[in-house]
Amino acid sequence: MDQHLLSIVLLTPLAGLLVLLFIPSKSKDLIRIWANLAAFAGFLVSLPLVSRFQVGLRGFQFEERANWIPSLGAHYHIGMDGISLLLVMLTTVMGFIAILCSWSAVQDRTKEYYAMFLLLQTGMIGVFVSLDFFLFYIFWELVLVPMYFIIGVWGGPRKLYAAIKFFLYTLAGSVLMLLGILTLYFQHFHQFGTYTFEISELMKTTMPLGLQQWVFWAFFLGFAIKVPMFPFHTWLPDAHVEAPTAGSVILAAVLLKMGTYGFLRFSLPLLPKASMDQTIVQILAVLSIIGIIYGALVCMMQKDWKKLIAYSSVSHLGFCTLGIFSMNPNGIAGSVLQQINHGISTGMLFMVIGVVYERRHTREISEYGGLAHVMPKFAVIFAIAMLSSAGLPLLNGFVGEFTILLGAFEANRIWAAFAVTGVILGAAYLLWLYQRTMLGQVTNGKNLLIPDMSFREVAMFVPLIAWAIWIGVYPKPYFDILRQPVAEIVERVRPGYYSGGVQNAAIPRPVARAGVAR
Amino acid sequence: MIQSFYTTTDHFTIIPAVMLALFGCAILLFDFLIFPDPRQRKWLLIFVALAEGFTGFALYRQTAWLAANGQAQLQGFQGSVTVDGFGIFFNWIFLIAAMVVALVSYHYLEISGEHHGEYYSLILFAQCGMYFLATGTDLITLFIGLELMALCFYIMVGFLRADKRSNEAAMKYLLLGAFSSGFLVYGFSVMYGIAHSTKLEDIAAAIASRPPSDPVVFLALATTLVGLLFKISAAPFHMWAPDAYEGAPTTVTAYLSVASGAASFAFLLRLFHGPLAPFASAREVWEPMLAVVAILTLTVGNLAAVNQTNIKRLLAYSSISHSGYMLLGLVAGNETGIKGIAVYVMVYTFMNLGAFLVLVALRRQKIIGEDLDDISGLMHKSPGYALLMLIFLLSLAGIPPTAGFLGKYYIFLALIQTGHYTLAVVGTLYVAVAIYYYFKVVRSMFVGEETEKAPLATSFGLRVALAVTGVMTLAIGIYPEPFLKLAQTSLLR
Repeated sequence: MDQHLLSIVLLTPLAGLLVLLFIPSKSKDLIRIWANLAAFAGFLVSLPLVSRFQVGLRGFQFEERANWIPSLGAHYHIGMDGISLLLVMLTTVMGFIAILCSWSAVQDRTKEYYAMFLLLQTGMIGVFVSLDFFLFYIFWELVLVPMYFIIGVWGGPRKLYAAIKFFLYTLAGSVLMLLGILTLYFQHFHQFGTYTFEISELMKTTMPLGLQQWVFWAFFLGFAIKVPMFPFHTWLPDAHVEAPTAGSVILAAVLLKMGTYGFLRFSLPLLPKASMDQTIVQILAVLSIIGIIYGALVCMMQKDWKKLIAYSSVSHLGFCTLGIFSMNPNGIAGSVLQQINHGISTGMLFMVIGVVYERRHTREISEYGGLAHVMPKFAVIFAIAMLSSAGLPLLNGFVGEFTILLGAFEANRIWAAFAVTGVILGAAYLLWLYQRTMLGQVTNGKNLLIPDMSFREVAMFVPLIAWAIWIGVYPKPYFDILRQPVAEIVERVRPGYYSGGVQNAAIPRPVARAGVAR
Repeated sequence: MIQSFYTTTDHFTIIPAVMLALFGCAILLFDFLIFPDPRQRKWLLIFVALAEGFTGFALYRQTAWLAANGQAQLQGFQGSVTVDGFGIFFNWIFLIAAMVVALVSYHYLEISGEHHGEYYSLILFAQCGMYFLATGTDLITLFIGLELMALCFYIMVGFLRADKRSNEAAMKYLLLGAFSSGFLVYGFSVMYGIAHSTKLEDIAAAIASRPPSDPVVFLALATTLVGLLFKISAAPFHMWAPDAYEGAPTTVTAYLSVASGAASFAFLLRLFHGPLAPFASAREVWEPMLAVVAILTLTVGNLAAVNQTNIKRLLAYSSISHSGYMLLGLVAGNETGIKGIAVYVMVYTFMNLGAFLVLVALRRQKIIGEDLDDISGLMHKSPGYALLMLIFLLSLAGIPPTAGFLGKYYIFLALIQTGHYTLAVVGTLYVAVAIYYYFKVVRSMFVGEETEKAPLATSFGLRVALAVTGVMTLAIGIYPEPFLKLAQTSLLR
């Protein structure tokens, strides 16, 4: 049981899916209940991961390894470190909440809908726990198909365009990434005489800088399109606007993190020389900063509520990539934490839109105004979600952005200076959005009669708000979990960074086995 | 006296073909005697099954003999026919394709009103021709094999006598096919002129002794290549394929695209790669030519497929692009590349047959069922078929964890191993183009509304065939190890 814990977490949604297939499509309530139970079970089985995870241990935990395709050197090898732990927990929580928030929103083809979500869930967890490149690639691609259907079948008016755009963009990136993987794989064979896709084995490969750079750019295309970094972000607003609420929630909360996770798990450790190459770092930092500022500026101009939040993702993920390419413990730890934060706050914001959209069936900001008078509970929840996204101290967004800015400052002060404007702009467009939709008098008569949030709807937000406050008030356990894996990455990319005696202020010194979620 | 012409070894090397030919003739003879009523003709399938059973057994015995004697190959007829791992591997593919096609044909032909016994013997005769394409090591043997296969296909493509499109397709295919055979034979005659022998071994030696830039060698190479590229429907000799595919009965299209394509690739590999291949020594001349052809094929196939509204035509262009990918394996030319072609041919057999089988089910009384609109809303009507089609299309596009990914994986790996980075990048980018047109079909099935309510034309044979192809497409993708080992045997020659 214990040694297969991770496999159980990975396969629970799939098992739920298999049972779901045998429920007749007519009994919609049964389907809903079962899908919610399966997703909840997926969350429950992931809890022991937190309690049994040993903070501060080197390498991977809960490892499982079996031969899969010996003639290719592909293995079923999964395991997790602190970074994967946080992202897997994010996935199981958000996956459950996304399924919960579709209860009344999805009325037709419910069976297929929930089947797609459960498949997606397995794919996403698989991406975060794979320690074999072949396995990783399979999960990476597996995610595309259910997401295509979620957008394309249950989406808005331009759903087909958005769905195929999402699919083509990400697929083009990932096939080029495949070429990078194959180059690395072949180089490893060249040096060691065996074909293997094991990450730990591939890390032993030494490649000349020129080749590393090529492979880096191949990986970059795969990951950057997924993140998405400027200028590959154009699929994101379309996909978000057209996707159903739960699809947007999962897309923003988890799917985009696959890209940033890819940088952390693969680009940096496998290609340390290229990752430290000044030109590459400069280019990526500049793209991140453009993403931060451009995303925020575009948000200011949006008339569509959902598109605004979609562009805010571009801005916030710019922070995440900036943190990664600061290449220091603060930047990377902050980046991972910001990924979690973005998952929580943007997930909440998309759910907020879902709540009003179910009532009014429009996302035009100008259609709303003064909602706070009609929906007081909603106003409070939206305010918390908005403030957590804007980075108000004592809420989660602040901690992540602050740590990233510390890291960026350490790497290059000019980066930090530019990135800070993103925080200000972020507060501006979010507060303005809140003002236009919630405050003032009710200008549109249609808004007078809409009901406030139901118990189920409030219940969906409560765990996320609690999580946001926890991270905001007491982020130490998170930094404890992240310290070891981040240190390994930094040590790999910049050998001698720690022995060089660089102190960092934001991350507290080691405290053994700090309690997490006890 | 006869022993010196036809020894036991000779016999052993051609038993599978003999079985196929005998049963083919038997069907012709017994068709009218036993089954005067057209509705009973589906029992002719028993003959096909027996033929394939014996053929399979013979192939198995050949494999066992090679393994027991520890030899890579066994030659018969003074080296005209060579039984080796390569030939046996390809023959298994022909066998599977023929069996699957025969299984689904009876219902389709009944609906089309053209259910005749000859059809089954043509399938077997064509397969007999393919046997010699995969095992022949003599120009005459190869050419007879090719023509036997092609002649059967000319007839089968035009099998719907009352259908104008079918006739037109057969005529086009016949004319262009004859034209290309002319080129091929011209190339063969030049080869004979070089070597004074029709044995591939002698020709290979004679060509290797000349410089690669020798104009006579080039003449032989160029003309042979034109003929071969036509057969695998590579650009710019692909024009026949969309018309022939569209007009032919769908079952024949399936057989044509899978088995004929595989046989032609076996033929191509016999001439261009391996110890006995005549042109193996002229690699530096043809490698750039084939690289250009492969890219052109990928471009034409993928870009032309984008705007198709007829699914058969769309799959025809996709077949052209798949030929391009397989050619890239030959361009890479290392062990991975050649194994890649074998893997590709194997997975292509299952996924492409499967996709065509779904189209077979769409053909109903008075409904041709080939357009994107006809498949619209299939998810509501028959979810099982829609899901299977989705799997086949994902596999054709090369998305893991389906079988198609492995074919592409080997091709790309081979290109990277041999340093053909540009070709690899172009090849991968066309995957993204391909997904666009495959997903036009998916979109129609899953998002579109049902346009007509008539249920699908299913039959027992069709369900069995779909189950086999569907399961194999997933199985090869998820647990490929045994299948990769099988493909490894194709390198033995």
